[in-house]
Amino acid sequence: MDVMLSEVFWIGLIAAAIRLATPILLASLGEILAERAGILNIGIEGMLLIGAFGGFLASHGTGSPWIGVLGGMIAGMALALLFAYLTITLAADQIVCGIMANLLAFGVTGFGHRVIFGMTTVIPSAPPLADWHIPGLAAIPVLGPILFQQNPLVYLGLVLVVACWFMLFRTSWGLKLRAVGEHPLAADSVGVSVRQVRYAAVLACGGLAGIGGAFLSLSQLSMFVEEMSAGRGFIALAVVIFARWHPVGALGASILFGAAEALQFRLQAQAADIPFQFLAILPYVLTVIALVSIVGRSVQPAALTRPYHKEGH
Amino acid sequence: MVGKCSSAPPRVTLEDITKHFGPVVANDGVDFTLADAEIHALLGENGAGKTTLMNILYGLYRPDSGAIRVEGEIVQFDSPREAIAHGIGMVHQHFMLVPALTVLENVILGMRSKHEPLLDFGDFRRRVMDTARSYNLAVDVDARVSQLPVGVQQRVEILKALFRGARTLILDEPTAVLTPQEVDQFFDVLKGLREAGYSIVLITHKLHEVTALCDRVTVLRGGRVVGVERADNVTREQLARMMVGRDLPRSGERQEITPGAPVLEIEGIECLNARRLAALRGISLAVRRGEIVGIAGVDGNGQSELAEVIAGLRAPTAGQVRINGRDCTGATPRRCFDAGLGHIPQDRLGTGLVPELSVADNLVLQTHADSPFAQWGTLDRDAIAENAERQLEAFSIRAGSRDTATNTLSGGNQQKVILAREFSRHPDIMLAVQPTRGLDIAAAQFVHERLLAARAGNTGVLLISTELDEIMALSDRIAVIFEGRIVGVLDSATASRERVGLMMAGQDDDATARAAI
Repeated sequence: MDVMLSEVFWIGLIAAAIRLATPILLASLGEILAERAGILNIGIEGMLLIGAFGGFLASHGTGSPWIGVLGGMIAGMALALLFAYLTITLAADQIVCGIMANLLAFGVTGFGHRVIFGMTTVIPSAPPLADWHIPGLAAIPVLGPILFQQNPLVYLGLVLVVACWFMLFRTSWGLKLRAVGEHPLAADSVGVSVRQVRYAAVLACGGLAGIGGAFLSLSQLSMFVEEMSAGRGFIALAVVIFARWHPVGALGASILFGAAEALQFRLQAQAADIPFQFLAILPYVLTVIALVSIVGRSVQPAALTRPYHKEGH
Repeated sequence: MVGKCSSAPPRVTLEDITKHFGPVVANDGVDFTLADAEIHALLGENGAGKTTLMNILYGLYRPDSGAIRVEGEIVQFDSPREAIAHGIGMVHQHFMLVPALTVLENVILGMRSKHEPLLDFGDFRRRVMDTARSYNLAVDVDARVSQLPVGVQQRVEILKALFRGARTLILDEPTAVLTPQEVDQFFDVLKGLREAGYSIVLITHKLHEVTALCDRVTVLRGGRVVGVERADNVTREQLARMMVGRDLPRSGERQEITPGAPVLEIEGIECLNARRLAALRGISLAVRRGEIVGIAGVDGNGQSELAEVIAGLRAPTAGQVRINGRDCTGATPRRCFDAGLGHIPQDRLGTGLVPELSVADNLVLQTHADSPFAQWGTLDRDAIAENAERQLEAFSIRAGSRDTATNTLSGGNQQKVILAREFSRHPDIMLAVQPTRGLDIAAAQFVHERLLAARAGNTGVLLISTELDEIMALSDRIAVIFEGRIVGVLDSATASRERVGLMMAGQDDDATARAAI
């Protein structure tokens, strides 16, 4: 176990934590926008998965991983549009529609993958998104490998934390979004379109989750595996609560979960005498602990999960 | 005071407005004119169509037919945004403020900023504070709305409308949440606005507000206009008759009764509200047989929590409740009932009744498992039906039949079902919470008569109400609640509205008394 004390181990662990946090971070930023607007999108797991598949397909088809990222985003937004139509326009139950979105994504991606690529022993792959070594900064000892030799989507996630914070708290869009999630009738009474704001928030959520999914299929392995989102969407739901619906909190919480995942990978390699199944549950156990410890202490948006009906028209 | 200039078109004209909600006609060919710089009362009972008419003017509802003119020009509002653009602002009865946001954020919500979509908080703050200052609307713009008392929230609502450039203000039952002194200040603000050229529609069912403040009054009944009068040209009696459609019977006479033994004793009750904040901070009170004790106070000062503690619906964190001498602290509602409690809850459909069940079933909600309504665990339908017929008769409940679902009854008849059920158990102490809220005048009077009859029958009554008139008219003693404490208890024979009003604002009883000397 000496390895665990070495500098290389820790640098690797932290760098991996940030990398593994990225899909969770992107999904939870999206979820924050949706929930702040009053829509609980538990279909985010499905949006991650369909983003992974869409991203893989687009990259495989065009040979460009960046078009892959775009494809992931569009796939996530497409599923989000369906979810938005059901929950906003038709005012259907958000939980039921979220489960539907997840099942649909599991089915569509699994089926689609087999139809397109068949059952082969050679796993199809797509051009991956290469890491960016930021010139100059990447060479800094310790900090370089942790922060400046990452995948471009990792940088995007960090930029989006600031962008989401700014949007929510410093722009009129953010003010409208927060008002709609707290008291839609009040927002409506001063001429804010509740429907428009909620559609925009859910679409943004789907787009961000889709990019997060594309990161899963395009960052390292550059292949698609059925159900490869592996509950990260659900973890993002926990992250949002843990972060108290705040983007900066989501960054911290995502890294915590990323660290749990990175640690369990490493422990599997180091501590051979522990069955790996016990280590693999680490992030999920952390989710349970986080939720239990935070329950009752965080205040969710007042209109969360409540459809808005406009009367008298 | 009324705009005299006949050549200019009136500020707002509503012509032949009709609006249906399903089969219900809310407005039926309503005409309404609002002049420049006038305060115009829109008077009517609950359900007369006042709020619907103003929601149409504010763009929240679209009329089925009819025309709206602003400054003579025909307009059509599909949303409040367009009404706001035409200088119309509305303060709803239930405030349209987002509690989690600050005052400033609420005031500027939905407005275009200078550098859209960036919010220029500094610029907005300065302009909002300027507006607040020029109309005497003192408020901390950086406070979170959820932390402000209701009276201040109302100021925020008015500020919000004025800041959006409203020249016409619609106020829906604005005084319901204010103490009498706050009402006076509030009327001064409105008079100032009238002097500055604003036109104001005051939706109300309180006659004295019409005569004290308004220039003209339009009376609605059943969705139709029954009259438009100059307010200085009409008496309260005439207005009441127009509003109700007939002469009101005189309310029941109070008999002199010497109160008996205490039936409800509360000592040092403390409890938390739903948000786990202190709601009651040590309340002690006793109600004796044959007296009505009224709890006066502005809504949200712990009244709901107090009622819930007494009824066994909320566990206190400290203190004791005794009903008929039996300890009922933190007891189940069942034990409270068995000890002699009757309960007319604040929320008729949510707590008082099972709305989907029939009138007959609702009448035996507590007693269905006891003789004569059940034998060996089986309901005796005949006994339940016979009981229902008897109560329908005794309380003149207008329901299609005893098998009608309770949620199809009018509010007044629903309340009668609750009264019938609770009084038929012959309680020793009746807890009546907002018993006339949302009822028309006749139904409210029926409730009042029943409470007085209970008092005459030697029952103790604890009346919790935010309607000061109701408290003053019925109570033998008045306890004033403020921020979870009883500020003082007054004998109603000597209590003045002013003194109760000051106490409702938390002013110390003794200090008030000294000031009065």
